[in-house]
Amino acid sequence: MEMTGAEIIVRLLEQKGIKTVAGIPGAANLHLYNALKSSNIRHILARHEQGAGFMAQGMARTTGKAGVCFSTSGPGATNLLTALADAKLDSIPIVAITGQVASAAIGTDAFQEIDTYGLTIPITKHNFLVRTVEELLTVIPEAFHIAESGRPGPVVIDIPKDIQQQTCKFEQWPEFKKISNESSVSENQAAEIAAMINSAQQPVILAGGGVNNEDSAGFLLRLAEFNNIPVTYTMRALGAFPPDHRLSLGMIGMHGTRYANALIEEADLVIALGARFDDRATGISKNFCTKPKIIHIDIDASEINKIKKATYSLTARAEEVLKKILPLIVSDGREQWLKEIDRVKKSMPYVSAPEDSDLFHPFNIISEVVHNVPNDTIISTDVGQHQMWVVQAWPFRKPRTFISSSGLGTMGFGVPAAIGAALANPDKKVVCFSGDGSILMNIQELVTMAENNLNITVLVFNNHSLGLVKQHQELFFKKNFMATQFEAKPDFCALAKAFGIGGIDLTEAPEPAKTLIEALAFEGPVLVNIPIDSSEIVLPMVKPGAPNKDMIF
Amino acid sequence: MNPKKLLIIELHVNNHPGVMSHITGLFSRRGYNMEGILCGAIGEGETSLIYLLIAEDEKLEQIILQLSKLYDVLNVKLRPDYDHKVFFDIDKLLTQQPG
Repeated sequence: MEMTGAEIIVRLLEQKGIKTVAGIPGAANLHLYNALKSSNIRHILARHEQGAGFMAQGMARTTGKAGVCFSTSGPGATNLLTALADAKLDSIPIVAITGQVASAAIGTDAFQEIDTYGLTIPITKHNFLVRTVEELLTVIPEAFHIAESGRPGPVVIDIPKDIQQQTCKFEQWPEFKKISNESSVSENQAAEIAAMINSAQQPVILAGGGVNNEDSAGFLLRLAEFNNIPVTYTMRALGAFPPDHRLSLGMIGMHGTRYANALIEEADLVIALGARFDDRATGISKNFCTKPKIIHIDIDASEINKIKKATYSLTARAEEVLKKILPLIVSDGREQWLKEIDRVKKSMPYVSAPEDSDLFHPFNIISEVVHNVPNDTIISTDVGQHQMWVVQAWPFRKPRTFISSSGLGTMGFGVPAAIGAALANPDKKVVCFSGDGSILMNIQELVTMAENNLNITVLVFNNHSLGLVKQHQELFFKKNFMATQFEAKPDFCALAKAFGIGGIDLTEAPEPAKTLIEALAFEGPVLVNIPIDSSEIVLPMVKPGAPNKDMIF
Repeated sequence: MNPKKLLIIELHVNNHPGVMSHITGLFSRRGYNMEGILCGAIGEGETSLIYLLIAEDEKLEQIILQLSKLYDVLNVKLRPDYDHKVFFDIDKLLTQQPG
């Protein structure tokens, strides 16, 4: 066979089963786009490379398979960086293929030349600068394997334009390595873990992003129910355990439930599954889990003992471990511990809207949406108060139904990630919760939504402020509000219409609930502006620097 | 003040221009200290050996685990027994060729 580098890239993506790629063409990836023209791969033209990166994330987060995005060199690559860093912190598999100036021009400060390789080292799981056309045959399959195996993450393949153009003769196509499902957990290890759980008096499971998949969630539910172990989870694990289950303690951490933060300190054993003890979950880590023994199971060996010293640790996938220990776990009623859980839960009632509140209270809006969309709806959020309210109030019962920027906390994530989710799940409804601060950070992608006529409802919680930041100024900076209240207030409905999607404002609607329900029922892209009282704040909350158990509520 | 105990980490790595950036970048972004570095290609030049001089502290376990995670790092060995004098005699290491 003989073909160009660009053709090799496209054929390999087809062989990998890639159906959709988001990207933007430019001088350094024109050969790649030329080859893509004859492919069945659907190309989604983003309007900013960061949007393309988050679209790839939306596909990856909802399917577990690597999402792919393209950008050109220079500004194309620098615009991608935030989406890559975001994928790194949340362990999301994406493969970004960036064009680079011609090999001979590298290092000359050529037009649109930037050191993409150097820039992406700290924010990718791995990166490649391809130096010969032949290398593409090994680098591309390897990039996907790296992105999807072990602890997933983003991979960049930087490809100079002459490499895309050159032809290469080769005998056969490379194989895409299968992800090994072999268990690395020994009988002994399983027995040791099971013995610790069986002999614990007051165990708590701390579930992290590593269990947010169908297999793990199934095993987790069985373990919890069989041995009556209460479960708390991090934001990355929302959907892995039903929040309304009798054993659910809800989310842990800064805006988690008061009882999760209190009860984990009463435990004698914490079983951390695929969790990395992030500071938003633990608060000051030395004050977190001071009494309990810790079993720490994570696929990434470097997470063990990084933040919290584990009593027992195992580098393995959570589902492997759960599967192996389940037969060794004894049934236990744990009446006393559950009674204590019940007592603490009752003494610390969970958040809800005040009884006299109207539809426009954030929890009432969320509840209205919950009751008017299908059960398998995918929710994306931006970052801020609206995100925390959704996290607190939405009953996520299935893995991969909640996508949000957890580790990096990137405003601007919501809209393009919703587009990626809709592209990968054409039969599902997608709702994007955003705020009037966040949405402006990637609002240009509304036109991508229009162009592809995607079934997405964008709900803008509009309080004319950078609410979560303003809340910190209110609580911790003596209400010295600085740069958190918007003076100019854009007309988001007019913006939505200008981009070619529906725009509805609940502010003046005579029957706002009915209007909201109609907007949700519409099978196409639509934005709904929802006025929110700017004095509403997200509670409970841990004061930065304070122990988790001392929550403001 | 007691001088910190120094030890050597030996890395067997793929030999291409980006590898050193991956390793030094890891040390700077994670706030690890490196006291010295020595590197050279081995065999046919496909791979290299890198020797890092490290002060022993509580971060050592993390350093080893993070280095092991790098794709281009093929093997990590702790060499507490190696003589690290070479790092302190750099000026004597390179001598002019006679004539």
